[in-house]
Amino acid sequence: MKRTISTLVNNSSGVLNRITGLFARRHYNIESITVGVTENPSVSRMTFVVVVDTMNNIEQVLKQLHKQVDVLKVKDITDESIIARELALIKIVAFPEQRGEIAALVNTFRAQTIDIGRESMTLQVVGDHEKVEALIDLLRPYGIKELARTGETALSRSSKKVLADPNRLSLIN
Amino acid sequence: MSTKTKKQELVVNIENQEAPKVLSGSGMLIEALAKENVEVIFGYPGGAILPTYDEIYKTGIRHILARHEQGAIHAAEGYARVSGKPGVCVVTSGPGATNVVTGIADAMIDSLPLVVITGQVAKTVIGTDAFQEADMLGITMPITKHNFQVRSVEEFPRIIKEAFHIATTGRPGPVLIDLPKDVSQDSGLFDYSGDVNLPGYQPTVIPNRQQIRKLAEAVTQAKKPVILAGAGILHAKASEYLYEYVEQQQIPVVNTLLGLGNFPGNHELHLGMAGMHGTYAANMALHEADLLINIGARFDDRLTGKLDFFAPNATIAHIDVDPAEIGKNIETQIPVVGDAKEALKMLIAEQGEQADHADWKASLQLKKTDFPLWYKQEDETIKPQHLIEKIYQKTKGEAIVTTDVGQHQMWSAQFYKFDKPNRWVTSGGLGTMGFGFPAAIGAQIAEPQSTVVSIIGDAGFQMTLQEMSILQELNLPVKIVIVNNASLGMVRQWQQLFHGERYSNSLFPIQPDFVKLAEAYSIKAMKVEELKDMESAIEEMLAHDGPVLMDCRVAQEENVYPMICPGKGHHEMEGIRP
Repeated sequence: MKRTISTLVNNSSGVLNRITGLFARRHYNIESITVGVTENPSVSRMTFVVVVDTMNNIEQVLKQLHKQVDVLKVKDITDESIIARELALIKIVAFPEQRGEIAALVNTFRAQTIDIGRESMTLQVVGDHEKVEALIDLLRPYGIKELARTGETALSRSSKKVLADPNRLSLIN
Repeated sequence: MSTKTKKQELVVNIENQEAPKVLSGSGMLIEALAKENVEVIFGYPGGAILPTYDEIYKTGIRHILARHEQGAIHAAEGYARVSGKPGVCVVTSGPGATNVVTGIADAMIDSLPLVVITGQVAKTVIGTDAFQEADMLGITMPITKHNFQVRSVEEFPRIIKEAFHIATTGRPGPVLIDLPKDVSQDSGLFDYSGDVNLPGYQPTVIPNRQQIRKLAEAVTQAKKPVILAGAGILHAKASEYLYEYVEQQQIPVVNTLLGLGNFPGNHELHLGMAGMHGTYAANMALHEADLLINIGARFDDRLTGKLDFFAPNATIAHIDVDPAEIGKNIETQIPVVGDAKEALKMLIAEQGEQADHADWKASLQLKKTDFPLWYKQEDETIKPQHLIEKIYQKTKGEAIVTTDVGQHQMWSAQFYKFDKPNRWVTSGGLGTMGFGFPAAIGAQIAEPQSTVVSIIGDAGFQMTLQEMSILQELNLPVKIVIVNNASLGMVRQWQQLFHGERYSNSLFPIQPDFVKLAEAYSIKAMKVEELKDMESAIEEMLAHDGPVLMDCRVAQEENVYPMICPGKGHHEMEGIRP
């Protein structure tokens, strides 16, 4: 199962290495990871998507993260009301006669065309994981020349409504 | 912060006012070590750490010069284990630093507080593969509780302060400070007055009262409770509270390997060590218990045996200062995050009437007397168990015993009964050969008046025997007992049991003359080959007031029993009877 973990860490060099090293040596499978500085310049937010077998596994991931001196806060936000987004840049084969058709696709997905070449187009899409996947799937028949995508980044919604079992993860959160 | 505390702080500051001094990075280190009450450094000099060694020369701080960095760090571990204070180890960059990696990993898994300072090449050449450069931050990230590289001399005092704080609080562990040479030479203002401010590091010391109540209730209701007492009790200095609690509630106690000594080994309710080579009574207690109270142990696989069969009928309660240990290997019904001492204090206060489990106690007592640890002394060949039993008797159980890993370690754990805390120094988690002897040096430095016996195998001794130089130099009265079976005993045992008696590279047909070796280091030495000489040799060894090496030739084919074979559960022990 996939879980989204949001973490606040000290914004100092080597912290990303520390965290990913922890994942690697304990055999936790990271699907994606995004990092960026927060409203506080000395703090960064990391968002991970990890794949685990059981809830006990995710609890162990959280506890191990929590043990790191540079980790200020760690939370599994999967079951909370969150806003999660990822971004993809997709360069596809597109001859001039196909551009209109692709533009229609792009509109439906509220994606954007950000570059057009003689025989190619580059699109940008922002959305949750499924939306990005869906668009890539649709574009695949045209021929994907290059693809770059970020991991997921996420925040809790302003109006918080916790769906998770409050007794779970009570040891650290 | 309220105005009041601010004011108080101001007063304190004025009273203790000390004009901040301008010091070099190395000077700061020495000054900070004094402020942390560090009495001794274990180390080895080299290029990148030379400015620090110059400062050691000038200030005359006590420094123990090992003959290999591995010796220095294991000595620091032994010192930390016995004294309860952080062991400090200073080495140079590159090979000096990589030589302490084993000791750091050992300290990490056994939760020993260490502050390791490694020299580093100058900042200007970091990353250029300079002479004696190694990425110690990267190398030690997975095996330290935390590590630092000092980027500027201004931040150095704060880093040292944080390092000692992190190493010694919560679950103790090793902290590494990588110190570039130019930083150790730069000058800055030395201000050591501030508080440690680590928002991401706040160990929970005081347990949740509700959880303690839940545990107390479970104890009252349990018919077959058992306490699994681990090394966390030693780290928290909670032995007397454990004793008080056990006396109050009359709950049987089993120890982990590293927890030995946290509860009197001769107590009626003590069932011995549990695990792969534990006692039958201890393992069956875990197997039959309806409530298992783990205090400060991490459910290591050598203790649990196959998890499917572990404590099948028990409600599991786990007290640990490190929340990540709770539920890591064994699902826990009553988790208690906190320091063992605080938890036991609260439990003692919370716990009401003592429940009656006389039947349970009696049945375990019967197992204890019916299935004691055993060996057969048939002829003049010395049985290693007999040797250790005799050392136990002759030292009246009061020696500090250090070991490596393997057969001699298990026999020591089985046949030396520890009544007091911090007398037992062994490499449990990492299982490090070469640990025991240098650790004995650190233990002897921590307690100069105590008898320190290093019981080690002939193979492990050969990994760090050069540290006999320290014994010679300081006339440390460490007693080295080589349980010499001319083999890698435990490897040989496993090859016999699980690899069709194919003894691949585990036998030593040629042995060095250990007596001559010791004599080369001006250490009194003796070789004991027959049983009739054993007792007098032990007496002679203990009577001598300097270091002694006793090379004791024991039966090569002897195996450690009883045993839980890999993949088996506690109830499937083999070799419980002669």
